[in-house]
Amino acid sequence: MSHVRVLVGTRKGAFILSAEGKRENWDVSGPHFAGWEIYHLKGSPADPNRLYASQSSSWSGQITQRSNDGGKTWETVGNKFVYEGVPGTHQWYDGTPHPWEFKRVWHLEPSLTDPDKVYAGVEDAALFVSNDGAQTWQELSGLRGHGSGPHWQPGAGGMCLHSIIQDPSNPDRMFIAISAAGAFRTDDAGRTWRPINRGLRSEFIPDPTAEVGHCIHHIAMHSSRPNVLFMQKHWDVMRTDNAGDSWQEISGNLPTDFGFAIDVHAHEPDTIYVAPIKSDSEHFVPDGKLRVYRSRTGGNEWEALTKGLPQEDCYVNVLRDAMAVDSLDKCGVYFGTTGGQVYASADAGDTWAPIVRDFPAVLSVEVQTLP
Amino acid sequence: MIRVELPPHLRGLAHISGEVKLDVQGPATQRTVVDALEARYPMLRGAIRDHVTQKRRPFLRFFACGEDLSHELPDAPLPDAVASGAEPLLIVGAIAGG
Repeated sequence: MSHVRVLVGTRKGAFILSAEGKRENWDVSGPHFAGWEIYHLKGSPADPNRLYASQSSSWSGQITQRSNDGGKTWETVGNKFVYEGVPGTHQWYDGTPHPWEFKRVWHLEPSLTDPDKVYAGVEDAALFVSNDGAQTWQELSGLRGHGSGPHWQPGAGGMCLHSIIQDPSNPDRMFIAISAAGAFRTDDAGRTWRPINRGLRSEFIPDPTAEVGHCIHHIAMHSSRPNVLFMQKHWDVMRTDNAGDSWQEISGNLPTDFGFAIDVHAHEPDTIYVAPIKSDSEHFVPDGKLRVYRSRTGGNEWEALTKGLPQEDCYVNVLRDAMAVDSLDKCGVYFGTTGGQVYASADAGDTWAPIVRDFPAVLSVEVQTLP
Repeated sequence: MIRVELPPHLRGLAHISGEVKLDVQGPATQRTVVDALEARYPMLRGAIRDHVTQKRRPFLRFFACGEDLSHELPDAPLPDAVASGAEPLLIVGAIAGG
């Protein structure tokens, strides 16, 4: 019988939540790496027991962990992330040149086919790859070497590469997104990259339609339709139907189009989920109501999903990597909050229930659907 | 034999409890002690010193014999009491907050 494993990264450790296919009774394992920030952990699609975790602290920097048994035990692997060549500079918040400095890994994306291959999106923004199970890391420097690199600027959370999406139909194609540089695509397995930001409009940058400089918060894809991407930008929810060559706004009737998280239903490529947040100065949900919004039309028409979610006095945020779906039927949807709750819906968002209520602030949520 | 006391988060990372006892080749300095520590516990590489610059991470400090040694040169000899094992080298995580 199928079951699910929810991988939760928090400000003070990692947790693994497991349930049978009905997703009613949950077993909670953790905290793993207690006291450390776990920005992200994710399992290999090619070997679900192979997990990777990004562990960091202000005191001791970046640590990378690997598990070969689904998170029961862990081993420390390589944490040496060195930019290739002379790192150069990007723009600092005040527009002055600032040297590229490695700070942490925001996102780990295991290969679709090889358990030992994993990508890391880091701050200051760069993409690294390991082909030996995260023991050693090499920068895919063509991204940072794109001519626009010196003009990239950090978002409020730092200049992070937070989204990595592999095209399941084309191993040479991959998409990444950086706050606040924008989205990029490679068609040659990471050797060269092009910005894919046409159609984005950001009023807070000098040229609102610039080739780079957009504060993208997250992007998502359905594996059956790799040319269609959905984006939660700083403001605006966007969609592309041509692999990023152009984007259209699909915010429609959302109560606010600011937010961080976005994801796609496992079986319905035009059903998407966002968690609207009031504004960039008030990083909490509007009106004290925690609502996930679902569109069944690929955007523009949105419905609020509220059953089981607090509808008064709620002031939490849902961060960019803190929403995920399982591939059971019905599709399960999961998200974590900065208030330490992890909510699950076993019916594609119609109803919700908390799995846990009192974790440290949740930074990331990933789900594995297991046989 | 050199005694080293690690902060709790690094003891957890290295899966150890209590003091670490190290045999250090050559003179006992911050560099040789941390080299020996990392050789025995490779998971600590990069967690005390930056991988590239080999500089002490700013929120970790070195103390011994009631003295703050954090700004001593990495190749400066450690106090005799540390070199002889009479006193431990303390690696301390900075405490901040309110």
